[in-house]
Amino acid sequence: MRLNLNVNGRAMTADDVWEGESLLYVLRERLGLPGSKNACEQGECGSCTVYLDRVPVCACLVAAGQAQDREVGTVEGLADEEELAPVQRAFVDEGAVQCGFCTPGLLVAADDLINRVPEPSDAEIREALAGNLCRCTGYEKIMAAVRTAAERNAGTGISGSTGGDRE
Amino acid sequence: MDFLRPACWSEALEAKANHPDATPVAGGTDVMVELNFDHRRPETLLDLTRIEQLREWSRTERAGVASVRIGAGVPYSRLIDELGTSLPGLAMAARTVGSPQIRNRGTLGGNLASASPAGDGHPPLLASNAEIELESVRGSRTIPIEEFFTGVKRSAMASDELVAAVHVPVSTGPQQFSKIGTRNAMVIAVCTFAVALWPERSGVGTGLGSAAPTPRSAPEAEEFLAAALTEADQWDDPRPLPDSITERFGELVAQAAAPIDDVRGTAGYRTHALHVLARRTLSWAWDEYRGGTEFSGRQRCA
Repeated sequence: MRLNLNVNGRAMTADDVWEGESLLYVLRERLGLPGSKNACEQGECGSCTVYLDRVPVCACLVAAGQAQDREVGTVEGLADEEELAPVQRAFVDEGAVQCGFCTPGLLVAADDLINRVPEPSDAEIREALAGNLCRCTGYEKIMAAVRTAAERNAGTGISGSTGGDRE
Repeated sequence: MDFLRPACWSEALEAKANHPDATPVAGGTDVMVELNFDHRRPETLLDLTRIEQLREWSRTERAGVASVRIGAGVPYSRLIDELGTSLPGLAMAARTVGSPQIRNRGTLGGNLASASPAGDGHPPLLASNAEIELESVRGSRTIPIEEFFTGVKRSAMASDELVAAVHVPVSTGPQQFSKIGTRNAMVIAVCTFAVALWPERSGVGTGLGSAAPTPRSAPEAEEFLAAALTEADQWDDPRPLPDSITERFGELVAQAAAPIDDVRGTAGYRTHALHVLARRTLSWAWDEYRGGTEFSGRQRCA
Protein backbone atom coordinates (compact mmCIF):
# COMPACT_ATOMS: atom_id res chain seq x y z
CA MET A 1 0.00 0.00 0.00
CA ARG A 2 0.99 3.61 -0.36
CA LEU A 3 1.48 5.64 2.79
CA ASN A 4 1.28 9.41 3.04
CA LEU A 5 2.37 11.05 6.23
CA ASN A 6 4.07 14.14 7.56
CA VAL A 7 7.47 13.57 9.08
CA ASN A 8 9.34 16.37 10.84
CA GLY A 9 7.17 18.94 9.12
CA ARG A 10 7.57 17.51 5.61
CA ALA A 11 5.00 15.59 3.59
CA MET A 12 6.40 12.17 2.73
CA THR A 13 5.21 9.18 0.76
CA ALA A 14 6.25 5.55 1.03
CA ASP A 15 5.28 2.99 -1.57
CA ASP A 16 4.93 -0.79 -1.43
CA VAL A 17 4.44 -0.69 2.30
CA TRP A 18 3.46 -4.10 3.67
CA GLU A 19 0.24 -3.83 5.70
CA GLY A 20 1.75 -5.60 8.70
CA GLU A 21 4.92 -3.55 9.04
CA SER A 22 5.57 -0.98 11.70
CA LEU A 23 5.99 2.76 11.48
CA LEU A 24 9.56 2.16 12.67
CA TYR A 25 10.32 0.02 9.63
CA VAL A 26 8.82 2.65 7.34
CA LEU A 27 10.93 5.39 8.88
CA ARG A 28 14.19 3.46 8.82
CA GLU A 29 13.95 1.38 5.68
CA ARG A 30 11.66 3.37 3.38
CA LEU A 31 12.10 7.02 4.33
CA GLY A 32 15.83 7.08 5.06
CA LEU A 33 15.42 8.14 8.68
CA PRO A 34 17.49 5.66 10.70
CA GLY A 35 17.67 7.89 13.80
CA SER A 36 14.92 5.93 15.55
CA LYS A 37 16.53 2.65 16.58
CA ASN A 38 15.23 -0.86 16.20
CA ALA A 39 15.98 -3.04 19.20
CA CYS A 40 13.31 -4.95 21.06
CA GLU A 41 10.36 -4.59 18.66
CA GLN A 42 7.96 -5.02 21.57
CA GLY A 43 7.72 -1.60 23.18
CA GLU A 44 10.08 -2.59 25.96
CA CYS A 45 13.20 -0.51 25.28
CA GLY A 46 11.95 2.86 24.00
CA SER A 47 14.81 3.29 21.50
CA CYS A 48 12.27 3.84 18.70
CA THR A 49 10.35 6.57 20.55
CA VAL A 50 8.87 9.15 18.17
CA TYR A 51 6.11 11.71 18.35
CA LEU A 52 2.87 10.61 16.73
CA ASP A 53 0.51 13.56 16.56
CA ARG A 54 2.73 15.17 19.21
CA VAL A 55 2.49 12.28 21.67
CA PRO A 56 5.54 10.07 22.37
CA VAL A 57 4.97 6.48 21.28
CA CYS A 58 7.01 3.43 20.38
CA ALA A 59 7.20 3.46 16.57
CA CYS A 60 7.61 -0.33 16.58
CA LEU A 61 4.06 -0.69 17.95
CA VAL A 62 2.40 1.62 15.44
CA ALA A 63 1.12 -0.19 12.38
CA ALA A 64 2.33 1.64 9.29
CA GLY A 65 -1.23 2.22 8.09
CA GLN A 66 -2.11 3.88 11.39
CA ALA A 67 0.32 6.67 10.53
CA GLN A 68 -1.53 7.57 7.31
CA ASP A 69 -2.13 11.35 7.27
CA ARG A 70 -0.62 11.64 10.74
CA GLU A 71 2.18 13.87 11.94
CA VAL A 72 5.35 12.08 12.99
CA GLY A 73 8.31 13.69 14.74
CA THR A 74 11.60 11.79 14.96
CA VAL A 75 14.93 12.52 16.62
CA GLU A 76 16.08 13.93 13.25
CA GLY A 77 13.51 16.69 13.65
CA LEU A 78 14.54 17.88 17.10
CA ALA A 79 17.35 20.19 15.98
CA ASP A 80 16.86 23.03 13.55
CA GLU A 81 19.33 23.84 10.78
CA GLU A 82 21.62 25.80 13.05
CA GLU A 83 21.41 24.46 16.56
CA LEU A 84 20.88 21.34 18.57
CA ALA A 85 17.67 21.15 20.61
CA PRO A 86 18.11 21.82 24.35
CA VAL A 87 17.96 18.10 25.18
CA GLN A 88 20.57 17.26 22.56
CA ARG A 89 22.92 20.02 23.71
CA ALA A 90 22.52 18.89 27.33
CA PHE A 91 23.20 15.21 26.51
CA VAL A 92 26.45 16.28 24.82
CA ASP A 93 27.46 18.65 27.60
CA GLU A 94 26.76 16.14 30.37
CA GLY A 95 28.33 13.18 28.59
CA ALA A 96 25.03 11.29 28.72
CA VAL A 97 25.85 9.26 25.60
CA GLN A 98 27.89 6.09 25.60
CA CYS A 99 27.18 3.67 22.73
CA GLY A 100 24.35 5.96 21.69
CA PHE A 101 21.82 3.34 20.74
CA CYS A 102 19.24 4.35 23.36
CA THR A 103 19.94 8.06 22.89
CA PRO A 104 17.43 8.92 20.13
CA GLY A 105 14.54 7.48 22.13
CA LEU A 106 15.70 9.12 25.33
CA LEU A 107 15.98 12.46 23.53
CA VAL A 108 12.40 12.33 22.28
CA ALA A 109 11.07 11.21 25.67
CA ALA A 110 13.09 13.92 27.45
CA ASP A 111 12.09 16.57 24.91
CA ASP A 112 8.44 15.75 25.57
CA LEU A 113 8.97 15.96 29.33
CA ILE A 114 10.70 19.34 29.43
CA ASN A 115 8.08 20.84 27.15
CA ARG A 116 5.21 19.50 29.27
CA VAL A 117 6.73 20.00 32.73
CA PRO A 118 8.82 23.17 33.10
CA GLU A 119 10.66 22.14 36.29
CA PRO A 120 10.52 18.37 36.51
CA SER A 121 11.47 16.70 39.80
CA ASP A 122 13.83 13.73 39.72
CA ALA A 123 10.85 11.45 40.28
CA GLU A 124 9.11 12.98 37.27
CA ILE A 125 12.22 12.55 35.13
CA ARG A 126 12.55 8.90 36.16
CA GLU A 127 8.88 8.28 35.44
CA ALA A 128 9.12 9.99 32.04
CA LEU A 129 12.14 7.86 31.10
CA ALA A 130 10.79 4.61 32.60
CA GLY A 131 10.15 3.24 29.11
CA ASN A 132 13.68 3.86 27.83
CA LEU A 133 16.45 1.37 28.57
CA CYS A 134 20.18 2.12 28.50
CA ARG A 135 22.35 -0.99 28.76
CA CYS A 136 25.77 0.68 28.70
CA THR A 137 25.84 2.49 31.95
CA GLY A 138 23.87 3.92 34.80
CA TYR A 139 21.31 6.61 34.30
CA GLU A 140 23.05 9.30 36.36
CA LYS A 141 24.43 11.29 33.43
CA ILE A 142 21.14 10.95 31.60
CA MET A 143 19.35 12.33 34.67
CA ALA A 144 21.86 15.18 34.83
CA ALA A 145 21.34 15.95 31.16
CA VAL A 146 17.57 16.13 31.50
CA ARG A 147 17.88 18.38 34.57
CA THR A 148 20.22 20.66 32.63
CA ALA A 149 17.97 20.70 29.57
CA ALA A 150 14.95 21.54 31.72
CA GLU A 151 16.80 24.37 33.45
CA ARG A 152 17.98 25.85 30.18
CA ASN A 153 14.58 25.43 28.62
CA ALA A 154 12.92 27.22 31.53
CA GLY A 155 15.64 29.88 31.40
CA THR A 156 15.05 30.80 27.79
CA GLY A 157 11.29 30.82 28.11
CA ILE A 158 11.22 29.30 24.64
CA SER A 159 9.80 25.84 24.35
CA GLY A 160 12.28 23.51 22.76
CA SER A 161 12.12 22.09 19.33
CA THR A 162 9.77 19.16 19.11
CA GLY A 163 8.28 16.78 16.65
CA GLY A 164 6.46 18.08 13.64
CA ASP A 165 5.39 21.68 13.82
CA ARG A 166 4.70 21.65 17.52
CA GLU A 167 4.84 25.15 18.93
CA MET B 1 -2.73 -8.81 4.22
CA ASP B 2 -5.54 -6.27 4.13
CA PHE B 3 -5.48 -3.10 6.18
CA LEU B 4 -8.97 -1.76 6.83
CA ARG B 5 -9.25 1.79 8.03
CA PRO B 6 -12.87 2.59 8.89
CA ALA B 7 -13.50 6.28 9.43
CA CYS B 8 -16.48 5.81 11.73
CA TRP B 9 -18.03 3.29 14.08
CA SER B 10 -20.74 2.00 11.72
CA GLU B 11 -18.06 1.36 9.08
CA ALA B 12 -15.99 -0.51 11.65
CA LEU B 13 -18.92 -2.73 12.62
CA GLU B 14 -19.64 -3.46 8.97
CA ALA B 15 -16.00 -4.29 8.35
CA LYS B 16 -15.97 -6.67 11.31
CA ALA B 17 -19.21 -8.30 10.08
CA ASN B 18 -17.72 -8.78 6.60
CA HIS B 19 -14.34 -9.93 7.95
CA PRO B 20 -15.03 -11.77 11.21
CA ASP B 21 -11.41 -13.00 11.23
CA ALA B 22 -10.04 -9.46 11.08
CA THR B 23 -7.76 -8.53 13.98
CA PRO B 24 -8.76 -5.19 15.46
CA VAL B 25 -5.79 -2.97 16.28
CA ALA B 26 -5.84 0.19 18.39
CA GLY B 27 -2.73 0.94 20.48
CA GLY B 28 -0.93 -2.01 18.91
CA THR B 29 0.77 -2.92 22.18
CA ASP B 30 -0.28 -6.57 21.82
CA VAL B 31 -1.03 -6.97 18.10
CA MET B 32 2.14 -5.35 16.78
CA VAL B 33 4.36 -7.43 19.06
CA GLU B 34 2.82 -10.58 17.56
CA LEU B 35 3.33 -9.22 14.05
CA ASN B 36 6.89 -8.05 14.67
CA PHE B 37 7.84 -11.48 16.01
CA ASP B 38 6.01 -13.30 13.27
CA HIS B 39 3.85 -15.10 15.82
CA ARG B 40 0.76 -14.24 13.87
CA ARG B 41 -0.11 -13.29 10.33
CA PRO B 42 -3.72 -12.16 10.35
CA GLU B 43 -5.25 -11.82 6.90
CA THR B 44 -6.86 -8.55 7.84
CA LEU B 45 -6.00 -5.78 10.27
CA LEU B 46 -8.86 -3.53 11.34
CA ASP B 47 -7.50 -0.17 12.48
CA LEU B 48 -9.75 1.47 15.08
CA THR B 49 -7.67 4.60 15.72
CA ARG B 50 -9.61 6.81 13.31
CA ILE B 51 -12.93 6.41 15.10
CA GLU B 52 -13.33 9.56 17.17
CA GLN B 53 -16.23 8.31 19.26
CA LEU B 54 -14.12 5.49 20.66
CA ARG B 55 -11.80 8.11 22.13
CA GLU B 56 -14.53 9.85 24.13
CA TRP B 57 -15.84 9.31 27.64
CA SER B 58 -18.98 10.67 29.26
CA ARG B 59 -20.86 10.67 32.55
CA THR B 60 -23.99 8.57 32.55
CA GLU B 61 -26.41 6.95 34.92
CA ARG B 62 -27.09 3.23 34.83
CA ALA B 63 -29.97 1.91 36.95
CA GLY B 64 -29.70 4.98 39.16
CA VAL B 65 -25.92 4.61 39.62
CA ALA B 66 -23.66 7.46 38.53
CA SER B 67 -21.24 5.96 36.02
CA VAL B 68 -18.63 6.83 33.44
CA ARG B 69 -18.94 5.42 29.95
CA ILE B 70 -15.38 5.04 28.64
CA GLY B 71 -14.98 4.63 24.90
CA ALA B 72 -12.90 1.56 24.09
CA GLY B 73 -10.18 3.68 22.47
CA VAL B 74 -9.41 6.01 25.38
CA PRO B 75 -5.70 5.48 26.17
CA TYR B 76 -4.44 4.80 29.70
CA SER B 77 -2.73 8.19 29.88
CA ARG B 78 -6.12 9.88 29.62
CA LEU B 79 -7.71 7.58 32.22
CA ILE B 80 -4.98 8.84 34.57
CA ASP B 81 -5.23 12.52 33.64
CA GLU B 82 -8.99 12.83 33.27
CA LEU B 83 -10.65 10.16 35.44
CA GLY B 84 -8.37 9.83 38.46
CA THR B 85 -10.95 11.37 40.83
CA SER B 86 -14.05 9.55 39.60
CA LEU B 87 -12.41 6.18 39.06
CA PRO B 88 -9.35 6.13 41.34
CA GLY B 89 -8.84 2.35 41.26
CA LEU B 90 -8.80 2.23 37.49
CA ALA B 91 -6.44 5.22 37.33
CA MET B 92 -4.06 3.55 39.79
CA ALA B 93 -3.98 0.43 37.66
CA ALA B 94 -3.48 2.53 34.52
CA ARG B 95 -0.42 4.16 36.12
CA THR B 96 1.22 0.75 36.42
CA VAL B 97 0.78 -0.11 32.74
CA GLY B 98 4.02 -0.29 30.73
CA SER B 99 5.69 3.09 30.31
CA PRO B 100 4.56 6.56 29.21
CA GLN B 101 4.89 5.50 25.56
CA ILE B 102 2.72 2.44 26.16
CA ARG B 103 0.13 4.36 28.21
CA ASN B 104 -0.15 6.92 25.41
CA ARG B 105 -1.26 4.16 23.02
CA GLY B 106 -2.72 1.26 24.98
CA THR B 107 -6.48 1.26 25.53
CA LEU B 108 -8.96 -0.31 27.92
CA GLY B 109 -10.84 -1.75 24.93
CA GLY B 110 -7.70 -3.50 23.76
CA ASN B 111 -7.00 -4.77 27.26
CA LEU B 112 -10.47 -6.32 27.36
CA ALA B 113 -10.44 -7.71 23.83
CA SER B 114 -7.06 -9.38 24.51
CA ALA B 115 -8.60 -10.82 27.71
CA SER B 116 -5.20 -11.69 29.14
CA PRO B 117 -5.36 -13.01 32.71
CA ALA B 118 -2.62 -10.45 33.42
CA GLY B 119 -4.43 -7.38 32.03
CA ASP B 120 -3.84 -4.54 34.48
CA GLY B 121 -7.17 -2.87 33.75
CA HIS B 122 -9.30 -5.87 34.67
CA PRO B 123 -9.07 -6.09 38.49
CA PRO B 124 -10.35 -2.54 39.16
CA LEU B 125 -13.16 -3.10 36.66
CA LEU B 126 -14.12 -6.28 38.54
CA ALA B 127 -13.97 -4.45 41.88
CA SER B 128 -16.37 -1.86 40.45
CA ASN B 129 -18.79 -4.30 38.81
CA ALA B 130 -18.18 -2.62 35.48
CA GLU B 131 -20.17 -3.55 32.41
CA ILE B 132 -18.82 -4.10 28.92
CA GLU B 133 -20.71 -2.66 25.97
CA LEU B 134 -20.28 -4.82 22.87
CA GLU B 135 -21.63 -3.96 19.48
CA SER B 136 -22.05 -5.54 16.07
CA VAL B 137 -24.20 -4.84 13.04
CA ARG B 138 -26.78 -7.07 14.79
CA GLY B 139 -27.05 -4.65 17.66
CA SER B 140 -25.59 -3.67 21.00
CA ARG B 141 -25.46 -5.62 24.26
CA THR B 142 -24.00 -4.89 27.66
CA ILE B 143 -22.67 -7.66 29.84
CA PRO B 144 -21.32 -7.67 33.40
CA ILE B 145 -17.54 -7.94 33.49
CA GLU B 146 -17.86 -11.11 35.60
CA GLU B 147 -19.33 -12.79 32.52
CA PHE B 148 -16.91 -11.30 30.01
CA PHE B 149 -13.82 -13.48 30.56
CA THR B 150 -14.33 -17.10 29.54
CA GLY B 151 -10.78 -18.49 29.47
CA VAL B 152 -7.13 -17.63 28.94
CA LYS B 153 -7.27 -14.83 26.34
CA ARG B 154 -10.88 -15.75 25.60
CA SER B 155 -13.94 -13.63 26.10
CA ALA B 156 -17.69 -13.65 25.52
CA MET B 157 -17.27 -11.54 22.37
CA ALA B 158 -18.75 -12.92 19.17
CA SER B 159 -16.59 -12.85 16.05
CA ASP B 160 -18.53 -9.94 14.57
CA GLU B 161 -18.47 -7.86 17.74
CA LEU B 162 -16.20 -5.03 18.85
CA VAL B 163 -15.82 -3.49 22.31
CA ALA B 164 -17.65 -0.15 22.14
CA ALA B 165 -17.24 1.05 25.70
CA VAL B 166 -16.88 0.18 29.36
CA HIS B 167 -19.37 1.42 31.95
CA VAL B 168 -17.79 1.97 35.34
CA PRO B 169 -19.69 3.18 38.43
CA VAL B 170 -18.21 6.35 39.91
CA SER B 171 -16.41 5.59 43.17
CA THR B 172 -18.29 6.31 46.39
CA GLY B 173 -15.47 5.23 48.70
CA PRO B 174 -11.76 4.44 48.72
CA GLN B 175 -10.27 2.24 46.03
CA GLN B 176 -6.84 0.67 45.89
CA PHE B 177 -4.78 -1.32 43.43
CA SER B 178 -1.47 -3.07 43.86
CA LYS B 179 0.75 -4.94 41.45
CA ILE B 180 3.77 -7.17 41.89
CA GLY B 181 6.52 -7.16 39.28
CA THR B 182 10.27 -7.07 38.95
CA ARG B 183 10.44 -3.31 38.51
CA ASN B 184 8.20 -0.30 38.65
CA ALA B 185 7.64 -0.03 34.89
CA MET B 186 7.33 -2.26 31.84
CA VAL B 187 6.30 -5.40 33.66
CA ILE B 188 3.64 -7.96 33.05
CA ALA B 189 2.15 -8.51 36.48
CA VAL B 190 3.22 -11.44 38.64
CA CYS B 191 -0.11 -10.76 40.30
CA THR B 192 -2.40 -7.81 40.96
CA PHE B 193 -5.20 -7.02 43.36
CA ALA B 194 -7.86 -4.31 43.42
CA VAL B 195 -10.26 -3.46 46.22
CA ALA B 196 -13.12 -0.96 46.30
CA LEU B 197 -15.34 0.08 49.20
CA TRP B 198 -18.92 1.06 48.35
CA PRO B 199 -20.24 2.63 51.57
CA GLU B 200 -23.60 3.73 50.16
CA ARG B 201 -24.58 0.10 49.65
CA SER B 202 -22.35 -1.34 52.38
CA GLY B 203 -20.51 -3.26 49.68
CA VAL B 204 -16.99 -4.41 48.93
CA GLY B 205 -15.54 -5.14 45.50
CA THR B 206 -12.42 -7.11 44.63
CA GLY B 207 -10.47 -8.09 41.53
CA LEU B 208 -7.52 -10.47 41.09
CA GLY B 209 -5.14 -10.47 38.14
CA SER B 210 -2.54 -13.03 36.99
CA ALA B 211 -4.04 -15.33 39.57
CA ALA B 212 -6.24 -17.70 37.55
CA PRO B 213 -7.03 -18.54 33.90
CA THR B 214 -9.16 -15.40 33.85
CA PRO B 215 -9.24 -12.22 35.90
CA ARG B 216 -11.74 -12.86 38.68
CA SER B 217 -13.17 -11.43 41.85
CA ALA B 218 -13.16 -13.00 45.31
CA PRO B 219 -16.87 -13.08 46.22
CA GLU B 220 -16.38 -14.82 49.56
CA ALA B 221 -13.83 -12.23 50.64
CA GLU B 222 -16.20 -9.45 49.56
CA GLU B 223 -19.15 -10.91 51.46
CA PHE B 224 -17.09 -11.62 54.56
CA LEU B 225 -15.69 -8.10 54.76
CA ALA B 226 -18.99 -6.36 53.97
CA ALA B 227 -20.79 -8.40 56.64
CA ALA B 228 -18.02 -7.87 59.20
CA LEU B 229 -18.08 -4.10 58.63
CA THR B 230 -21.87 -3.97 58.87
CA GLU B 231 -22.00 -6.14 61.97
CA ALA B 232 -19.57 -3.92 63.85
CA ASP B 233 -21.28 -0.75 62.61
CA GLN B 234 -17.98 0.18 60.96
CA TRP B 235 -19.52 1.86 57.90
CA ASP B 236 -21.09 4.64 59.99
CA ASP B 237 -18.54 4.70 62.75
CA PRO B 238 -15.23 3.55 61.26
CA ARG B 239 -12.60 2.44 63.77
CA PRO B 240 -9.31 0.60 63.23
CA LEU B 241 -9.92 -2.83 61.70
CA PRO B 242 -8.99 -5.76 63.93
CA ASP B 243 -6.15 -7.90 62.54
CA SER B 244 -8.50 -10.87 62.54
CA ILE B 245 -10.55 -9.16 59.82
CA THR B 246 -7.72 -8.05 57.53
CA GLU B 247 -6.08 -11.45 57.98
CA ARG B 248 -9.25 -13.38 57.14
CA PHE B 249 -9.87 -11.10 54.15
CA GLY B 250 -6.37 -11.88 52.87
CA GLU B 251 -6.95 -15.60 53.34
CA LEU B 252 -10.23 -15.56 51.43
CA VAL B 253 -8.68 -13.55 48.58
CA ALA B 254 -5.80 -16.04 48.34
CA GLN B 255 -8.29 -18.92 48.36
CA ALA B 256 -10.14 -17.39 45.41
CA ALA B 257 -6.99 -17.64 43.29
CA ALA B 258 -6.08 -20.59 41.07
CA PRO B 259 -2.61 -19.59 39.92
CA ILE B 260 -0.01 -21.47 37.90
CA ASP B 261 3.78 -21.68 37.94
CA ASP B 262 5.30 -19.72 35.07
CA VAL B 263 8.36 -17.65 34.18
CA ARG B 264 7.13 -14.71 36.23
CA GLY B 265 6.48 -16.58 39.46
CA THR B 266 5.29 -19.76 41.11
CA ALA B 267 1.75 -20.54 42.12
CA GLY B 268 2.87 -20.65 45.74
CA TYR B 269 4.44 -17.21 45.53
CA ARG B 270 1.36 -15.77 43.85
CA THR B 271 -0.98 -17.17 46.49
CA HIS B 272 1.18 -15.75 49.26
CA ALA B 273 1.54 -12.41 47.50
CA LEU B 274 -2.20 -12.06 46.95
CA HIS B 275 -2.79 -12.61 50.65
CA VAL B 276 -0.33 -9.81 51.41
CA LEU B 277 -1.66 -7.47 48.71
CA ALA B 278 -5.24 -7.97 49.92
CA ARG B 279 -4.35 -7.18 53.52
CA ARG B 280 -2.25 -4.20 52.53
CA THR B 281 -4.66 -2.61 50.06
CA LEU B 282 -7.53 -3.08 52.51
CA SER B 283 -5.49 -1.32 55.21
CA TRP B 284 -4.75 1.59 52.89
CA ALA B 285 -8.37 1.85 51.81
CA TRP B 286 -9.60 1.63 55.37
CA ASP B 287 -7.20 4.31 56.59
CA GLU B 288 -8.50 6.52 53.83
CA TYR B 289 -12.11 5.77 54.77
CA ARG B 290 -11.46 6.57 58.42
CA GLY B 291 -9.68 9.78 57.53
CA GLY B 292 -11.94 10.88 54.73
CA THR B 293 -15.00 13.05 54.85
CA GLU B 294 -15.19 13.63 51.14
CA PHE B 295 -17.12 10.47 50.35
CA SER B 296 -20.68 11.11 49.39
CA GLY B 297 -21.90 7.62 50.21
CA ARG B 298 -22.36 8.07 53.92
CA GLN B 299 -22.17 11.29 55.87
CA ARG B 300 -20.40 11.07 59.17
CA CYS B 301 -22.63 11.81 62.16
CA ALA B 302 -21.49 14.40 64.62
